[in-house]
Amino acid sequence: MESVGNIIMYFIIALAIIVFSVLTVTTGKILRAATYLLFVLFATAGIYFQMGYEFLGAVQIAVYAGGILVLFVFAIFLTGKPGKASEPLESSKKKIGLSAAILGALVCGYALFSKADMCNAVVSQPIDVTINNIGSMLLSTEKFGYLLPFEAISILLLACIIGGIVIARKR
Amino acid sequence: MDFSYSYLVLVLPLVTFLFLGLMGTRLSRKTAGVVGTSMMGITAVIAYAISLAYFFGTDQGQIIEGIRQQIVAWDLTWLEFSEKLVIKIGFLLDPISAMMLIVITTVSFLVHLYSLGYMQDHNHEYEKGLQRYYAFLSLFSLSMLGLVVAPNIFQMYIFWELVGVSSYLLIGFYYTLPAAVSASKKAFIVTRFADLGFLVGILILSYFTQTFDFITLTSNPTAAIETAGGATFMGCSVMAWALTLIFMGGAGKSAMFPLHIWLPDAMEGPTPVSALIHAATMVVAGVFLIARMFPLYCMEEGTMTVITVIGAFTAFYAAAVACVQSDIKRVLAFSTISQIAFMVTSLGVARPELHEGVGYMASMFHLFTHAMFKALLFLCAGAIIHAVHSNEMSAMGGLRKYMPICNIAFLIGCLAIAGIPPFAGFFSKDEILVAAFEQHTFWGIWMMLVAGMTAFYMFRLYYKIFWWNNPDYGHHTPHDAPMTMSLPLIILSVVSIVAGLIPFGEFVSWNREAYHIHLNYTVAISSVAVAVVAILLATKLYLKENEAPAKMAKSFKGLWTAAYNRFYMDELYQFITHKIIFERVSRPLAWFDRQIVDGSLNSLANLANSASFAIRKLQSGSIQSYVYVYLIGVLLLAAITVICLI
Amino acid sequence: MDLTLLMYLVPSLIMFCCGVYGFVTRKNMIAVLISLELMLNAVDINFVVFNRFLFPGEMEGMFFSLFAIAIAAAETALVIAIIINVFRMAKNIDIRELTKMKF
Repeated sequence: MESVGNIIMYFIIALAIIVFSVLTVTTGKILRAATYLLFVLFATAGIYFQMGYEFLGAVQIAVYAGGILVLFVFAIFLTGKPGKASEPLESSKKKIGLSAAILGALVCGYALFSKADMCNAVVSQPIDVTINNIGSMLLSTEKFGYLLPFEAISILLLACIIGGIVIARKR
Repeated sequence: MDFSYSYLVLVLPLVTFLFLGLMGTRLSRKTAGVVGTSMMGITAVIAYAISLAYFFGTDQGQIIEGIRQQIVAWDLTWLEFSEKLVIKIGFLLDPISAMMLIVITTVSFLVHLYSLGYMQDHNHEYEKGLQRYYAFLSLFSLSMLGLVVAPNIFQMYIFWELVGVSSYLLIGFYYTLPAAVSASKKAFIVTRFADLGFLVGILILSYFTQTFDFITLTSNPTAAIETAGGATFMGCSVMAWALTLIFMGGAGKSAMFPLHIWLPDAMEGPTPVSALIHAATMVVAGVFLIARMFPLYCMEEGTMTVITVIGAFTAFYAAAVACVQSDIKRVLAFSTISQIAFMVTSLGVARPELHEGVGYMASMFHLFTHAMFKALLFLCAGAIIHAVHSNEMSAMGGLRKYMPICNIAFLIGCLAIAGIPPFAGFFSKDEILVAAFEQHTFWGIWMMLVAGMTAFYMFRLYYKIFWWNNPDYGHHTPHDAPMTMSLPLIILSVVSIVAGLIPFGEFVSWNREAYHIHLNYTVAISSVAVAVVAILLATKLYLKENEAPAKMAKSFKGLWTAAYNRFYMDELYQFITHKIIFERVSRPLAWFDRQIVDGSLNSLANLANSASFAIRKLQSGSIQSYVYVYLIGVLLLAAITVICLI
Repeated sequence: MDLTLLMYLVPSLIMFCCGVYGFVTRKNMIAVLISLELMLNAVDINFVVFNRFLFPGEMEGMFFSLFAIAIAAAETALVIAIIINVFRMAKNIDIRELTKMKF
């Protein structure tokens, strides 16, 4: 049995995710879409906090909400008139997109509901995820150690930085 | 005797051709003409020296046991494809080539000289390129000389084609006249068609005998024929086929029926060209070809029969047509066809065992005399055309008062061709008749009849030009040609009178042994009688203007019209080529080519094209549609997985 | 009332489908990129909740999300660099008009 606060918190988060996801892809103004995305990301961070992964939630907010979204906003300002609504979509295009989305939802929904016993699992035991724990696992070479992916992602980020500079620089 | 200097005979005309062809436009017309003429004169002198040295030389080895030897003066290897397939350029001296050297250089030189006067003002607007004219004449002389001295059949073929080319160029000399252009094309195409047979014949012959060399081929004809090993094709031996095909080439050049149609049209060229190429030299190339390979032809009785029949028929046909033509050059053209047919027939009836092969000697003798008197007649015709500016007989008449030299020269030519003694034609034609009678009385009587027709149409021509009536020439009175033109006429007249007295048989015979001509008086008297009767008939009909010829034409209207239209041979060709070959063969083939061959490939291409157009929308470049398709695919896979595994 | 696994998966699924819809329909390249971020985010949520509900003793799901966030950041930075470059050349970032790459 969950605490009432937790349940209320869940509904707020779920509602926020559903509403703002839909708004993100349906709004005509690109800057608004970015803003709605920001709310979705915050709500996602909320889920992470609720699950007990505080570090992940913090990263979500810092990197996504703080970093990526700022990049989006800059890009929007650089490439167009942010206040201007884009022209309405043609209905054929809308139908295609809707069909793809609904078809995907149907397939996944069927998969979910056919595994009802798995989906009915509840949180059984508290977890203990400390920063200390995460740090030592990231840099460990033992079993369940993540040093290799960690280094790989470091290289990837470096490559990304160089690539970003090379692509975006004026010729 | 050393004949190595004989290369000059070929090199001098070549140099002249190149010089006049390349540099001609920088020279004045007169200089070009003088250069061409004098070079030809030098060539003629050298050729005479060679021939005389050959015929009268007393060196050891020139005549062995009474037989004149064939001498290869020089022989260069030109192309060496393999050990056996070697193409050589050489210089073969034997009686007929030495005789041809004299004929060609004489007529050619006189025509060069004559052209100096003829090409001066006549038709002047067409005659811009006198330099070109002399260059072509030199090219022609070169090719003709190369043809007659060829020691192998391949060299002969090469020069044979060169002769055809220069004939084409000279017929089309007035290239601004459509008639001349189409005549030159006609001549080239018809002779090329015949040369196809020649080439195939050469290939067959050399495939079996493994040689191109004339001496090898003719010195032992039995062995050469037997190389084929009795192989047959469509019921005839392969060698008969080869020789008949080679004769086809000769028939094309020599305008034998049915390949004669180009020669009358070739008269569109300048008249001196007609005299040189289409009367005296090129058209006898076919006769020369058969004579050159005579020992081989003797081995194939069937081919000889073909030659005889074609020759005899052509002689009659051309004589019949010549009787009614109104264009003087056409009359002479058909007369030429007829006279060459005499030579061909004479070769066809010649057999070594018959009267020591008199037919061969007669044919060569007639070739020699005919070249002289026919060139004379053509040059006279040129002078007449020059004087009255027309080819039509109706524009002439009574010219004897205005052109005495021409009158006498033309009369001598006519008497010579009619076979009246002691003019040249009498002796040679008499020998031909003897040869024909030796073969079969039928051929003898046939040829005598044609000889009578010859006398008739030649005198019809003569009277129509020089007698008949006295039209009013107005202020433009015809007059005799200038000296450059009259001199060749006089020279050729003299030659036409005396050439028959040459003991020709002493020099030329089938086995190169001296042969003593003796007149067969029965034949001689009867042929002269026929000729005289024909001449008298012509005199009665055409001496004075009267209605008799027109009445005769009316009473034999069908025959007359048919003969006037050359028995519709041109129309027949037109019908065969256009209606049958073009319409019934070429057009369906073209249709097949376009619709089926091209069409299948085109439809394949169209299919690929339209398929590409249909599927190019898939490659839109729009990432979203790619993603959409990808998503659908992933969803399908996921659905399958979900349905099957869960 | 219990909060079951399904209750977290459903919003995530809806978020993912919104991402799909946006990716296929939007014209602006940045909007397409935003839709892409939605999909990525939905996947991250799934990793985390599966980890929490089914394997509470492990941390693989969390780490996977962590790396996914890092890669998403890198990818976004790069894509935005490309978009800016495209805009500089074509003066336009309408994805339907940028079809030159098909040739």
